[in-house]
Amino acid sequence: MKSFGFAAGVAATFMLLSSTSAFAVTQISWWHAMTGANAEVVDKISKDFNASQSDYELVPVFKGTYPETLNAGIAAYRAGQAPDIIQVFDVGTGVMMAAEGAIKPAADVLTSAGMTFDKSQYLPGIVGYYSKPDGTMLSFPYNSSSPILYYNKDIFKKAGLDVDSPPKTWNEVWEDAKKIKASGAAACGYTSTWLTWIHLENFAAWNDVSWATQQNGLAGGDVELKINAPIFVNHFQALADLAKDGTFKYGGRTSEAKQIFLAGECGIMTESSGGLGDIVKSGMNYGIGQLPYDSDAKGAPQNTTPGGASLWVFADKSDEEYKGVAAFFAYLSKTDVQEYLHQKSGYLPVTLAAYEATKKSGFYDKNIGRETPILQMTGKAPTDNSKGVRLPNLPQVRDIQNEEFEKMLAGQQTAQQALDNAVTRGNAAIKEALGN
Amino acid sequence: MVPPASSPRSGSVTPRVVFPNKVLPYLLVAPQLAITLVFFYWPAGQAFYQSMLRQDPFGLRTKFVWFANFRKVLADPAYLNSIKVTVVFSLATAIVAMCVALLLAVMAEKVVRGKGLYRTLLIWPYAVAPAIAGMLWLFLFNPSIGSLAYMLRSFGIAWDPLLNGTHAMILLVSAAAWKQISYNFLFFVAGLQAVPKALIEAAAMDGAGETKRFWTIVFPLLAPTTFFLLVVNTVYALFDTFGIVHAVTGGGPGKTTETLVYKVYNDGFVNLILGDSAAQSVILMIIVISLTAIQFRYVERKVHYG
Repeated sequence: MKSFGFAAGVAATFMLLSSTSAFAVTQISWWHAMTGANAEVVDKISKDFNASQSDYELVPVFKGTYPETLNAGIAAYRAGQAPDIIQVFDVGTGVMMAAEGAIKPAADVLTSAGMTFDKSQYLPGIVGYYSKPDGTMLSFPYNSSSPILYYNKDIFKKAGLDVDSPPKTWNEVWEDAKKIKASGAAACGYTSTWLTWIHLENFAAWNDVSWATQQNGLAGGDVELKINAPIFVNHFQALADLAKDGTFKYGGRTSEAKQIFLAGECGIMTESSGGLGDIVKSGMNYGIGQLPYDSDAKGAPQNTTPGGASLWVFADKSDEEYKGVAAFFAYLSKTDVQEYLHQKSGYLPVTLAAYEATKKSGFYDKNIGRETPILQMTGKAPTDNSKGVRLPNLPQVRDIQNEEFEKMLAGQQTAQQALDNAVTRGNAAIKEALGN
Repeated sequence: MVPPASSPRSGSVTPRVVFPNKVLPYLLVAPQLAITLVFFYWPAGQAFYQSMLRQDPFGLRTKFVWFANFRKVLADPAYLNSIKVTVVFSLATAIVAMCVALLLAVMAEKVVRGKGLYRTLLIWPYAVAPAIAGMLWLFLFNPSIGSLAYMLRSFGIAWDPLLNGTHAMILLVSAAAWKQISYNFLFFVAGLQAVPKALIEAAAMDGAGETKRFWTIVFPLLAPTTFFLLVVNTVYALFDTFGIVHAVTGGGPGKTTETLVYKVYNDGFVNLILGDSAAQSVILMIIVISLTAIQFRYVERKVHYG
């Protein structure tokens, strides 16, 4: 890592010196938040893009975690030093969309460079999420993931459950979890990362129920949360009841629950498909299932909504830079590039062609379960309830929801109270944010 | 900023120092003034200005709202809760850190052989960065993998800092206090060495027991040290513990460990409500200035400097 940093420094210095002499090369800066194997993917894609043409030089810069990268981008914009491209996580999408003067829609970047953007080539669920209500694509989807179910086959066997049939509905999850706990196969039956993303946002989409008014905020305007509807209350009351004797175990607000699952403490977990790498690495005898749905929901399962991140282009850059960004987006859409990204990082491919090519190569036969998140997201055409959720202050609203969940799981309030509070406090916060 | 020519408080006849050169003194303090201007007055002024604005994160739409942000913040139950949390946390941290340090210092004084080794070992934790100290305690008390959490469970305690606010606070105070014990220890050891041995020996000859000697002689004579440490520990608990809160609880569960500093960060950099966050940091600045002023103007006079 150190020697790499040094080499990169030398290379950057050399580039800086050479770019003053070779004046045609336009530098395109790309701020990202990828670490580990995903950072290697960023570096390789950048290097290959630079080698593929001689007019532009893409310079990726790691800026920390997702929130840190977003903050760095905002601070840089305010100081007049914004990069060309910034990677923003799903939760920050609303923040970027509200900043109309600060960004240039990805569709505009492509068309002004003389390229056409053919929507039909891309996975509809993903592109829809990053588009305005009128269909203009605002940001370029880079890494997308979807929540799925993981289960520990050894624990299933010990509990006398069928290792080849993971639970399909939430009721089945509760039943299996109880059996795991009662049989002593594991200390806890079920755990989950990201309660807000999986049990509210995706729960709503997957069961085709409304998360909030105005198409979950996608249509803009005054948005009101709908998460205290009976279907949510029943779901969370079941979780709260299971938490009492430890059949359900809470891990934390983000992905901490993965530790509990990896330690073999819980038999079942719902987590992002992007978390697969760690589970593979642990050597666990695991299985993958679809995200469970509510058996009371009529349309279920509908489709899940994308998590992950997309690439945003800042406004007020030169035409040359925009041409370079457009060239990079075109390069990124290439089938072999998308295939590489999908298979190496575990994120979803963005184009249909890359998905088809991966399927044809037999990758999914060798890596069972890797197709599940794609099937979940693309199985059905999205409805008004399942295109995704968008708020100018989603991080804050998620915080509020988490706080209420924690109080509920600690036994201080019922699911009805928790969700009512989350709606009241959340709506007040949304109103405040829109009033800016 | 400019010191008064003669101290009005003492009223004693101290000879006035006169500098013949009118420019040189200003030149000599200029670097310090420049640093204070750049690193304190400038950002503080910016924060004050920002606290009267309502702005979207990118600064595209700005509205000047006078003190509306302050009114909003002070009326927010979450802010009042955060004040309560901060008071509990700071007091608990300062008290625990100072009591344990004093106990250790008194004990270390009694050690005859290897005094230096004991002291060095006890001072070590101070070199650990707050975030790392936080992680360390987080691992020790992690409900699933922590060794201390395992011990607590085997004693029949349902240890769960993820959902139990009291447990989370205990964990936070332990981590914050642990890190400060070494620092306090160092000062208490120095303070103990300054206590005249003759006084203690005289008391011993008069028949005063060990406990009696400590509370009537040693402890009062340590007052200046204790007072100094009280200031330092309070300021530490108020401001230097961000890294620990961030690493250990992130303000949760609910809002049970969201201190004032953590709330400034969370509202500003996670929720991107810059006006509220700036107003909170201005309030925080006022709190610190007044706390320090009170401590030095009022409490210090009551301290008996031996």
